[in-house]
Amino acid sequence: MPAAAHDASLSARLDAARREAEAPLTRDDVAAIIAEVVGSMEGDISALDLKIYQELEALARYIQSAKAELAAIRADRIGQEYILSATDELDAVVNATEEATGQILDAAETIQTIAESLDEPTRDRIVELVTGIFEASNFQDITGQRITKVVTTLKHIEVKIDAMLNALGQEVERVRSQADAAETKGALADDKSLLNGPQLPGNANDQAEIDRLLASFD
Amino acid sequence: MAVDMTMPILIVDDYKTMLRIIRNLLKQLGFENVDDAADGSQALQKMREKPYGLVISDWNMEPMTGLQLLREVRSDKKLAAVPFIMITAESKTENVVAAKEAGVNNYIVKPFNAATLKSKLVSVLGNF
Repeated sequence: MPAAAHDASLSARLDAARREAEAPLTRDDVAAIIAEVVGSMEGDISALDLKIYQELEALARYIQSAKAELAAIRADRIGQEYILSATDELDAVVNATEEATGQILDAAETIQTIAESLDEPTRDRIVELVTGIFEASNFQDITGQRITKVVTTLKHIEVKIDAMLNALGQEVERVRSQADAAETKGALADDKSLLNGPQLPGNANDQAEIDRLLASFD
Repeated sequence: MAVDMTMPILIVDDYKTMLRIIRNLLKQLGFENVDDAADGSQALQKMREKPYGLVISDWNMEPMTGLQLLREVRSDKKLAAVPFIMITAESKTENVVAAKEAGVNNYIVKPFNAATLKSKLVSVLGNF
């Protein structure tokens, strides 16, 4: 085969392989390309050619092993499950504290209004105490901003993990399917799996629903 | 010159809770003519509709931050002289420097107390 035609064939094969896999080439891809290159060579293969072949094969094995290890740690769950859950929980913290702070301020404002009808020493003392409530309520703004920063950081981590998963491609999907199937088999609840902590609004049963549930056992 | 305790004051913050806290503390200090806005652009619109004697603004808001509001105010001939106090959790030196360069009159770091608010008001408006 003329050199130019051979180069074009190799380039086409490499381009096709890149298009087929978003991830770096697999061991099999690399081996197939090398086999084609070696098979198309005219004359004897030199010791140098063999050395290069061995190095490429070792590199392909290393890449394959790294992909398998990364897939095995189930990085997909970090983004899809844990970070999503963490950000929802943090949002719930912000909303709950904002609501509670609003109620505290409602009470403080009412107390302040009532105090205006009292004698001066009593009124002054109450206003002083209510001022302390207003000052302490500052915390809600500060904690809200701090939590927002944490949520932003978690979302940044999620984006990076997604990028890594895309690079790993089908390997992750294969491991995920196997792991999900294994989890489904072992999904019987034990005592530890019942420790879920406070539920997010909308996910939780309210007292009336719990009462109805309990009554349904009678 | 005595401070006009009836002058309109504009407080700007995207946290409703913080607006309530500042409003209540101002009321305790004797300032009851208080309007509020949820961000810089809303505040700017209100300032162009009504003359205010003082603006107390948060920094971190969208779409217009407190710093952008301050710059807009200082570059507007009709508004440039309005006293402007920043109340913010942004406490880095670079923030304070940027606010000062933009023309802020005073700077309060959150969380703050009533005594700090009063002392900054006195330093900007005079004794009351």
